[in-house]
Amino acid sequence: MLRDITLGQYYQAESVIHRLDPRVKLGTTVLFIISLFAFDGFWGYGVAALFLGIVIKLSKVPFKFMVKGMKSIVFLLSVTVIFNLFLTPGEPLVQIWKLSITREGVRLAVLLSIRLGFLIIGSSVMTLTTTPNQLTDGLERMLRPLNKMRVPVHEIAMMMSIALRFIPILMEETDKIMKAQLARCADFESGNLVRRAKSLVPLLVPLFISAFRRANDLAMAMEARCYRGGDHRTRMKPLHYEKRDYIAYLIVIGYLVAGVAAGKLIPVLLGGVVL
Amino acid sequence: MPIILDKVSHIYGEDTTMPVRALDNVSLVLPDGQFIGLIGHTGSGKSTLVQHLNGLMKATSGAIYFNGEDIDSDGFDRKMLRARVGLVFQYPEHQLFETDVFSDVCFGPKNLGLSKKEIDLRAYEALKLVGLEDDYFYQSPFDLSGGQKRRVAIAGVLAMKPDVLILDEPTAGLDPRGRDEILDQIARLKQETGITVVLVSHSMDDVAKYVDRIIVMNKGRVLYDDEPKEVFKRYRELEAVGLAAPQVTYIMKALREKGYDVSDEATTIGEAREEIKNYFARLVAARKERQGAEDA
Amino acid sequence: MSSTQQNFAGCGDREGKMGIVKVRDLIYEYIRRDEEGNVEGITTAVDDVSLDIRQGEFVAVLGHNGSGKSTLAKHLNAILYPTEGTVWVDGKDTKDDAAVWDIRQTAGMVFQNPDNQIIGQVVEEDVGFGPENMGVPTKEIWERVEESLKAVGMYQYRKYSPNKLSGGQKQRVSIAGVIAMHPKCIVLDEPTAMLDPQGRREVIRAVRALNDVERITVILITHYMEEVIYADRVYVMDKGRIALQGTPREVFSEVEKLKELRLDVPQVTLLAHELRREGFPMPKGVLTDQEFLEALEHCVSAVM
Repeated sequence: MLRDITLGQYYQAESVIHRLDPRVKLGTTVLFIISLFAFDGFWGYGVAALFLGIVIKLSKVPFKFMVKGMKSIVFLLSVTVIFNLFLTPGEPLVQIWKLSITREGVRLAVLLSIRLGFLIIGSSVMTLTTTPNQLTDGLERMLRPLNKMRVPVHEIAMMMSIALRFIPILMEETDKIMKAQLARCADFESGNLVRRAKSLVPLLVPLFISAFRRANDLAMAMEARCYRGGDHRTRMKPLHYEKRDYIAYLIVIGYLVAGVAAGKLIPVLLGGVVL
Repeated sequence: MPIILDKVSHIYGEDTTMPVRALDNVSLVLPDGQFIGLIGHTGSGKSTLVQHLNGLMKATSGAIYFNGEDIDSDGFDRKMLRARVGLVFQYPEHQLFETDVFSDVCFGPKNLGLSKKEIDLRAYEALKLVGLEDDYFYQSPFDLSGGQKRRVAIAGVLAMKPDVLILDEPTAGLDPRGRDEILDQIARLKQETGITVVLVSHSMDDVAKYVDRIIVMNKGRVLYDDEPKEVFKRYRELEAVGLAAPQVTYIMKALREKGYDVSDEATTIGEAREEIKNYFARLVAARKERQGAEDA
Repeated sequence: MSSTQQNFAGCGDREGKMGIVKVRDLIYEYIRRDEEGNVEGITTAVDDVSLDIRQGEFVAVLGHNGSGKSTLAKHLNAILYPTEGTVWVDGKDTKDDAAVWDIRQTAGMVFQNPDNQIIGQVVEEDVGFGPENMGVPTKEIWERVEESLKAVGMYQYRKYSPNKLSGGQKQRVSIAGVIAMHPKCIVLDEPTAMLDPQGRREVIRAVRALNDVERITVILITHYMEEVIYADRVYVMDKGRIALQGTPREVFSEVEKLKELRLDVPQVTLLAHELRREGFPMPKGVLTDQEFLEALEHCVSAVM
């Protein structure tokens, strides 16, 4: 089902992760992603896995919600894995015809899947525990300095927020139109690429028309409710850091240090065994 | 082409923590040529049910037979089924996509792989059946009024020459005249073609006048399945599930409770008017008789 | 409706010359263009309409699809501006650019499609959207959100995602979003057209409560007849003009005329009308079952 996409889908729960300032969560997500590429060796990822595991546990969001987000990148992931597996030069392990799997290839492929997997799960944790409004509020505040460079930060944040709100609605709409055309014996599945692309016209035209109509309606509704850009607005949920947010920052710094240290120190302690 | 549902259940999200039983052991027979009203409030399972009838949704358990054949069996031609059981969704005008009305109606028959001549003929007949004038045929469907767009969309399904026509809330969002026009048109095409028509609605007022059988759905089950007047007798039970009998029914009940000797089976304005007229005719006759007796 | 009148008297408008909404000789035209952008013709969507609505009134505007009622409604919130004529909202001319935001705050607007007017991902955030735009201090936004959600009976859903609500619930959230802006007047543009009967009842109940309890002026645009019998006054529109006006009883007395205008009357009104045509001494404009029963009693005593 099209509705299975979890990115941008908030999961309602009462947890300390939910209560954190969105800026903390955004910052942490960015740092976490950087850490995935900065850590070296599997011990660093061990620390990352532990950190991610604890955050997921604290968030009270069922794990399967995070995994759902993975489905959409399975294809991308397998392509990268295969490329890395076969095309990395180095010490051959297995030889299949002219292709060889190298030790370095395996290492890179595993690293990449871990990185991508953690990246998706990590960002899912953020989107699942933060309402899109909070998220855009957080982004807006963090990017506010860009306002001086005439970047319309508020407008961009508002656009993101609205896009997120309408994703599930448009998904449902796609489903409906698809069924309606199927009921008229439309065929979305057979034929060559050109035919298939053409068969999407009866789906896409109504979908675009509907999206434009909605956009129009929404713009009117927003104006009717006195929306006039970011200048005069106050906030229902203004952002200010609490004690827990500072603690969270400290924990993240601790995590980074631990990750780097684990990557560098544990192999040395274990006598230089490099996996 | 009768459709038979044998203990059909449909469960949404079966593998999740909150499965929803949208259809619960539904058994029905839809014989040829009936005019059926399928009534239930939002979430009663009526929309899920109709999507099973043309194979757009698959039953979690139970079986559906079209013309004696199990529609889930291997080798069953599902595309044929969708053509024979035409389903018009709610707000069907949202599916229009072609640059002119006529081409849009041709979409269905074209998918059936018919000859150009046959496609054109069917599209023309379908547009005539829904009562759209020739002037509109080559206009953009997006320039038409709401009621006209809806007709075009219904024609788009009719052009496949279905044996069964299912309409999910065909009057939603239309003004009263638009509503009456669409329903009258459906009744007329039912009469002209003799096909089975299933009218899905949450309004008893709308269907009472037209159908000869009402199926009431509640919580995924068939609550009642009978002639309209039999169903409306259960008006208290209907209220309990968020539905209501036509307002006329209530007036007639109230009259009976007040001691008027009228039948409370009237479900349309016309029937109620006749019932009351007859009652007064009896009153007048009785008075004349009395006066006659006194005079004598 | 003595309370309504009291309220009107109390609003300090001694001469009674300006109600909350005053429309004079309003004409709205738009230019139709073909695909190349050439002018095809001019459509007059609203044609010479004048009306006055007093503070605290419940006014319904009826009309078939395309009668111009929605176009009229959009003028009351300064979304559209008159081609000719003038619209005043709370004494302010909608053409005055400086007054636009005051007007939009005074006359809140609820639209037809519940999905296309909810901006927030969480109910309470959506209700707070209007006050945020107005620059209301944070603490007060929370108070307003709470009181508005309570007024429409949606407080227990404040943490929900709008996608999880029924159509009627979504429309009540939209209404709360408008009330939170503390308008004097609320314009509802076919708020029930896309709802099921249950949702329709919920919304109309909420609207009536706003009018009765909070004394907010209500302007309800609709084509459902059952919804207007509680209105103080009804305007019926056709071809951009006001074709009929009066109390619901007066308007519903004109059964034939309403049918001509592509409208309908409640079943009980229609039944009474048909009996009347058959020669029964039925009064015009019977609106409820109770009235019908009483009228029929009179018919009985007339023949006895």
